[in-house]
Amino acid sequence: MTEDVTAFSAQAVPPGDRLDLPPAQLEEIARKLRRHIISMIATAGSGHPGGSLSAADILAALYFHVMRHRPQDPHWSDRDRFILSKGHAAPVLYAALAESGYFSVEELGSLRKMGSRLQGHPDSKLTPGVEMSAGSLGMGLSFGIGVALAARLDNRSYWTYVLLSDGECEEGQTWEAALFAAHFKLDNLITMVDCNGMQLTGFTREVMNIEPLSQKWQAFGWNTIDIDGHDIKQILSAITQAKTKKGKPTIIIAHTIKGKGVSFMENNAKFHGKAPTSEEAAKALQELQ
Amino acid sequence: MTQEVSARETYGETLVKLGHENEKVVVLDADLSPSTMTHFFAQEFPQRFFDCGLEEQNMIGIAAGLAASGKIVFASSFAVFISSRCFDQARICLSQTGLDVKIIATHGGITVGEDGISHQAIEDLSLYCSLPGFTVVVPADAVETAQAIRAAAAMYGPFYVRLGRGKAPLVCPRDYQFTLGRAAVMREGRDVTIVAMGIMVAKALEAAEVLARQGVNCRVINMSTLKPLDDEMVITAASETGALVVAEEHLAQGGLGSRVAQVVAEKMPVPMSFVNLKDSYAMSGKADELLEKYGLTAAAIVQAVKSVMAKKQ
Repeated sequence: MTEDVTAFSAQAVPPGDRLDLPPAQLEEIARKLRRHIISMIATAGSGHPGGSLSAADILAALYFHVMRHRPQDPHWSDRDRFILSKGHAAPVLYAALAESGYFSVEELGSLRKMGSRLQGHPDSKLTPGVEMSAGSLGMGLSFGIGVALAARLDNRSYWTYVLLSDGECEEGQTWEAALFAAHFKLDNLITMVDCNGMQLTGFTREVMNIEPLSQKWQAFGWNTIDIDGHDIKQILSAITQAKTKKGKPTIIIAHTIKGKGVSFMENNAKFHGKAPTSEEAAKALQELQ
Repeated sequence: MTQEVSARETYGETLVKLGHENEKVVVLDADLSPSTMTHFFAQEFPQRFFDCGLEEQNMIGIAAGLAASGKIVFASSFAVFISSRCFDQARICLSQTGLDVKIIATHGGITVGEDGISHQAIEDLSLYCSLPGFTVVVPADAVETAQAIRAAAAMYGPFYVRLGRGKAPLVCPRDYQFTLGRAAVMREGRDVTIVAMGIMVAKALEAAEVLARQGVNCRVINMSTLKPLDDEMVITAASETGALVVAEEHLAQGGLGSRVAQVVAEKMPVPMSFVNLKDSYAMSGKADELLEKYGLTAAAIVQAVKSVMAKKQ
């Protein structure tokens, strides 16, 4: 790797319960997360860039505007919880956690290496800020339901956010969880789908069509909101709207582009689970300036 | 006649007591609460009970989320469903995280009876013993069940506890003290040791009685904690009695027999013999008929003892 590719920007955000950064700054953070994703995966030599890049705007909005959290106190009991169900997007989560101050930005360079806290897929035992171990798809919504139920039992006001992939909506467990959340009227749970339209071997509509996705969730008793998942203002406003919905869970179907921000990775199934070469990484980083 | 008590009823009653003692206790079930007996808890603590419907995978994920938020979670269903159907969830969400979830499986083994092989969990112990971090317990009777459930609640981490469907004879003495990871000597003997779990402990004691009349003194061990296994008890038995028989209501692979054999082979090799379901499923029938047909009887243990004694140096 060349120096500029592995050089991480070490600007951690100051600690605070809720950062509330304005949209313009969130866009800049999303770009920064994308640069981290490229650098981390290129350095590691393996990983999943496509589905990490597509979720960058969502995580920027959550970690730097929406969520109450304390990076210096990851187990703070009133924190909002973010649960990454699509575990292969670990790089975007690690980037958001590092930029928030859960650990140093330099540590991102250890992704997938022997002895690193940053495992190939998220490990809640190892990494500060990682709420759930993941990697086998379809489990996150169930876990999020448990977390949201606990809030209800304990009269706590924290929000639980779960990020699914659209491919994950092929897993039966996702729909078991969908039934449950609606049945128990879990309105303190906000689920988002990083709906990038692709999975490992190609376009979701060709591999295993899940459309019409909104109607499916509606039929399961959910409030649904469709947005452009790369438009920060739409993400923020959808979450605000979701919080006002009482008596049923909300799912925000964020329409995204796999590989978003890097021209040659966009809508390219090749970059679902393949690291860029150092040349590709350099080119990607240039595009993400 | 020994008194027969339902272990799952004891489980249900113990859960209610635990619910009163600790408000962190939350119970999940998958549409089987009148059978698993979690319905006692549901009646007493409706806010802390969630029927997940027929969603075993979802139930384990929810259990993990609750546990990650500070709850002590009991999740119940029939052994056959809550073992294989949600195994990946148990692997990722419980084994790999070490979260505080107690899987209490009822209707284990072939003694579930008439429902047939789809409902007879005979590979569940192999599955859960394979998961790092899990504690696996099969109580011998209702007395031990009550204590094992309490021990599970008191110790942080994932558990798999298997209970049977029917009433079973009480084999543990009144002053019995269950300790996790410790086997109990139910009968002293120097000629051979029978290691058993669950309902086979009663059969082992019956076999030992028969053998005593023939001049063979059997030690009988109740190995209710399969994982972590009481290695020391196994090594001592192998060394002092020179031969072991392992009896379990489970397939030959991966259960108590395999686990004991691993210790014996490594630490104190002696002749062994096994009483189990070998490598096949059973069929519909009454529990006693099935035990008879598939050789999970005192007579089968007697035979196994004789064969292993013949191999003793």
